[in-house]
Amino acid sequence: MLYREAGQFISHYRADQRLFRLRQDRIGFYLLLASAFVLVPYCGNDYWFSAILIPFLVLSLAGMGLNFLTGYAGQLSLGSAAFMAVGAFSAYNFNLRVEGLPFLLSILLGGVVAGLTGVIFGLPSLKIKGFYVLVSTLAAQFFVQWVFTNFAWFSNDSSSGVITAPPLQVFGLDLSSPAGRYLLTLTIVTALGLLAANIVRSELGRNWMAVRDMDTAAAVIGIAIPKTKLLAFAISSFYLGIAGSLWAFTYLGTVEPHGFDINRSFQILFIIIIGGMGSILGNFLGAAFIVLFPVLMSHIANGLLAGVIDAGHLENFQKIVFGMLIIGFLIKEPNGLASIWQTFRQQLRVWPLRY
Amino acid sequence: MNTTQPLPPPLLQLEHISLSFKAVKAITNISFAVQPGEICALIGPNGAGKSSLLNVINGVYRPDEGAISYNGETLHIMQPQHAAERGIARTFQNIALFKGMTVLDNVLTGRNLHVHSSWLEQVFNLGRAPQEAVRQRKKAEEIIDFLDIQPWRNSVVGNLPYGLQKRVELGRALAAEPKLLLLDEPMAGMNAEEKQEMSRFILATQREFTTTIVLIEHDIGVVMTLSNHVVVLDYGKKIGDGKPEEVRQNPQVIAAYLGTKH
Ligand SMILES: Nc1ncnc2c1ncn2[C@@H]1O[C@H](COP(=O)(O)OP(=O)(O)OP(=O)(O)O)[C@@H](O)[C@H]1O
Ligand SMILES: [Mg+2]
Repeated sequence: MLYREAGQFISHYRADQRLFRLRQDRIGFYLLLASAFVLVPYCGNDYWFSAILIPFLVLSLAGMGLNFLTGYAGQLSLGSAAFMAVGAFSAYNFNLRVEGLPFLLSILLGGVVAGLTGVIFGLPSLKIKGFYVLVSTLAAQFFVQWVFTNFAWFSNDSSSGVITAPPLQVFGLDLSSPAGRYLLTLTIVTALGLLAANIVRSELGRNWMAVRDMDTAAAVIGIAIPKTKLLAFAISSFYLGIAGSLWAFTYLGTVEPHGFDINRSFQILFIIIIGGMGSILGNFLGAAFIVLFPVLMSHIANGLLAGVIDAGHLENFQKIVFGMLIIGFLIKEPNGLASIWQTFRQQLRVWPLRY
Repeated sequence: MNTTQPLPPPLLQLEHISLSFKAVKAITNISFAVQPGEICALIGPNGAGKSSLLNVINGVYRPDEGAISYNGETLHIMQPQHAAERGIARTFQNIALFKGMTVLDNVLTGRNLHVHSSWLEQVFNLGRAPQEAVRQRKKAEEIIDFLDIQPWRNSVVGNLPYGLQKRVELGRALAAEPKLLLLDEPMAGMNAEEKQEMSRFILATQREFTTTIVLIEHDIGVVMTLSNHVVVLDYGKKIGDGKPEEVRQNPQVIAAYLGTKH
């Protein structure tokens, strides 16, 4: 009887356009937020903050960035990590070179630079389609990494291009403890997550999906395709840029350009494939999966298969299982975990009837 | 006593349009005019060039020769977006809906040229955006009511049956409040009942929204009841142009088209 919508009549368009139409969903969301902000900081330990929760949040954010571009606007990309790197290295330099620039503002500016970089590498998408757009983003991936590795200026002449987090001070608060870094990351990801939900439900989000589903028809009904595509690249890269800064500063603390290599781009792509293309929730589900899966695997290996498999084999074994899961998702559930969740929710709504 | 009224200027006039694809000559020197408020049917056998002609009218294809005047303006190079901005909307022979989106979202995309708030206002839900969202939603709901598709409002269109998809595509076109509506075989693949329903919607569109309609249709019965004006194409050439009754008598048309079909 918990999950019932009886008596919840929607009589205004504005009410119908809310993020959560059902009261239960809304309450559930607030409870989740409250526990993430209040309960978790008290109960969590440093391992959970540093090794699970912070990377989970940052990867969810990166997933959102790629999902705008690929899941919503239909432009394939293998350059996610490049835009993350641009965000991180720009934020680092803003903070380093502009006296007294607040940390949050540095991150924001890093996101803006990443967004502009995204627009530049998105320009070819106005002339070419599909697979060839992928090539352009791949070019971004290799070019950006090459620049940050070979021009020491970007890392303030540190060896091998390593950058280190600036002091994590926000409004005079020192947030450098694991719980502090978790809360900082959570706040930014929550704000950008809510914004993302607005973006995809706005006209811009509809235009993205229109271009994805049938671009000739989109042009015929008057959608400005170039603007729509470039905004997808810009906003996607902005999100990825912010995620890059968080990855570097609240998760790792120090990072080198190699930390944003093509494997990272693939990781983000797997998040949206597993979580669900064209879903905001999917990014969180996919990121949770990507972060928890190796932990789970090593627990299983250490518990059940102790002594049977050594560490090197375990890593390969993980990769094989992971690859099979990706293929499984692509074949069986192309809309990812988010779609499984939706089906489950729908069944809950009508339970005990069949439909 | 028979005073002939001077005709109003046509809404759409095609002059000496030709179009070819490499070796294939799809359209050869076609001229005709569409009066404001009329339903003009384009008929002809498969491959006659009907769809290509619609694509020329709204700028999807660029003709090799000829000019199009629309609403008093002569357009030499038309882009789909320019056509949309001037109030030309259309549906496609092979449904071109946004398959992954809901019925409501598809209809709402049709309104994109009537949206005034910027994307930043919408994203932050500021300024003109909140009120506009409600206004656009109301307009979309009017169309959904008009076409009787309320129960499927939140269904993803890719999952709907074919006949309904055709209706949703009409809805998306109508949402633009077009002056000129181009319909490419809106009743293809429908049974008699569905055709009748669609005919009603097309007539109602002409009457209630005073929309001018150019329609491609193979079913001659439907053409005769719906249209005020018929243009017949065969092998890319115009072989008939006039009132439905006149065209029906035209021996060339009977030989080329009506004769072979019936
Ligand atoms: N994009 C294209 N590329 C090459 N040839 C084309 C293209 N579009 C149409 N044609 C050719 O142009 C000719 C006219 O085609 P069109 O689709 O306009 O005919 P139609 O009258 O709409 O036929 P139908 O009743 O089958 O829809 C055909 O010979 C077709 O093969
Ligand atoms: Mg055709």
